[in-house]
Amino acid sequence: MAVIETRNLTYTYPSAPRPSISDVSIKVEKGQFVLITGPSGCGKTTLCRTFNGLIPHFYQGELTGDIVVAGQDAAKHPTMEMAKHVGLVFQNPENQLFALSVEKDVAFGLENLGFSREEMRKRVDWALNLTGIYDLRERSPHEMSGGQQQRVAIAAVLAMQPEIIVLDEPTSFLDPLSAEKIFEVIHEFNQKLGITVVLVEHRLDLTAKYADHIIIMDEGKVCFDGDTREILSKQETRLMGVGIPKATLLYEMLQKDGAKLGNTIPLSSEELAKIVEEALGR
Amino acid sequence: MLIVENVRFSYASGVEALKGVSLTVKDSEFVAIMGQNGAGKTTLIKHFNGLLKPTSGSVRINGVETTKTSVATLARDVGFVFQNPDHQLFSETVDDEIAFALKNFGYEAEVIEKRITWAVNLLGLTQYRKTSPFMLSGGERKRVALASVLAWDPKILVLDEPTIGQDHRQKENLRQFIMQMQTQGKTIVMVTHDVEFVAECNPRVVLMREGKIVADGAGKEILTNPVLLEQSSIVLPQIAQVFAKLTGQGFPLDIIDIYEAKDLLMEKLRRRS
Repeated sequence: MAVIETRNLTYTYPSAPRPSISDVSIKVEKGQFVLITGPSGCGKTTLCRTFNGLIPHFYQGELTGDIVVAGQDAAKHPTMEMAKHVGLVFQNPENQLFALSVEKDVAFGLENLGFSREEMRKRVDWALNLTGIYDLRERSPHEMSGGQQQRVAIAAVLAMQPEIIVLDEPTSFLDPLSAEKIFEVIHEFNQKLGITVVLVEHRLDLTAKYADHIIIMDEGKVCFDGDTREILSKQETRLMGVGIPKATLLYEMLQKDGAKLGNTIPLSSEELAKIVEEALGR
Repeated sequence: MLIVENVRFSYASGVEALKGVSLTVKDSEFVAIMGQNGAGKTTLIKHFNGLLKPTSGSVRINGVETTKTSVATLARDVGFVFQNPDHQLFSETVDDEIAFALKNFGYEAEVIEKRITWAVNLLGLTQYRKTSPFMLSGGERKRVALASVLAWDPKILVLDEPTIGQDHRQKENLRQFIMQMQTQGKTIVMVTHDVEFVAECNPRVVLMREGKIVADGAGKEILTNPVLLEQSSIVLPQIAQVFAKLTGQGFPLDIIDIYEAKDLLMEKLRRRS
């Protein structure tokens, strides 16, 4: 079952000379972990803004085509209603945080949905613990570093436990180990609770291994859409601004030089090390 | 030359962010400062252009102590590009943004025009000259911020997380751009979390933790030390990870370069077959 489906979706920002996304037709199935990537300015962020109706409700401009998210027409349905189904984490956490304390920020969405105090407390503490910011719960988000703010924004969305989570470069300000831990949490979420994840990322080194599906965009259009391994083994992707994981590239270089390493392309260092070990062991 | 001597710095809140940092960066050196969130990296580089002044100790830029001069004067020598471009950009068009500092420094209109043309070319922003920076994507805004600093040609370039929001091709452009700046004798100090980018550039790496420098050396040496990295909340670059996992095969462990990795693996694979 598709939880996000767009048909010929085209959108132009107010007074922009050309569309930021054009003719985008994609399907995201329930429970999938989808990675959206592509060169800077390719329309990834714009596409995500249509998933909860920020486009066209907040940004206005001209939207044509169809978009159905969690069974609702996201272009017509109010964003507040869409928020029950879709949680969005923006690129820049400052745009998202507004409460006086971390705790209040994380509780805000739950309060709007009318959860009991007790349930709210439980969910907020759970999300704060998962993202490693429980000790910061009384602090003001505006006095925190970019990385900590990103954790708050992620916690706020996790607390809602929406059917779909859309994250737009959610860990760009975090140090690598913290980023990895956050991705692990999101992956676990996807695996255990069956929550659909759409992740916008340039850094495939860190994230390709989690995704069962990848969408590559360029100049507002979808160029590739399919199984992660299959798409990342295509040579055409090398010509675009896509950062193929180093392990994948190294595997290819070895194959090209005549090494016999089997046909499953690795997406992570673990996978490549295993392939090489097997080849050396033979 | 940039000389930091035993600098301590406390914020008004009482938090001591730097606890005795000493660091010398020579002319035309390329240094990456790494470390976990809150290690004091940004606090340290804000001392380089006098935005912050040490509570004790000293920072000297080309022989001048930062406490004895103004941020405006220091800016000529030290160009600072912030982590979040939105803290830096405010003009109506990209052109105006780049022109702003140049006007303040008193350049003539003709020179300003030339500098803008040069900077937008270099950073692939030519098509956006008349566009509002706020219409651009995060990655593009970041390049506008960089262009506006480069345009006045500072000797020392300080970049706070320059690769955030940049795609693969832009990172490659940034890398080549940094190399080009180095051949022109510029000093480059960048704060970054991007291990893959650092592995590709292979600069001198300074590792900070809890307000102190805990390691300082070649990228190849520091980025392949798993214990040191873990303490600083950094993961090994992917190539180094592969070798760290191939234990017992007799591979050297200080490999971060993909070509070197390929040669080593190929040699062993050939011998086995």
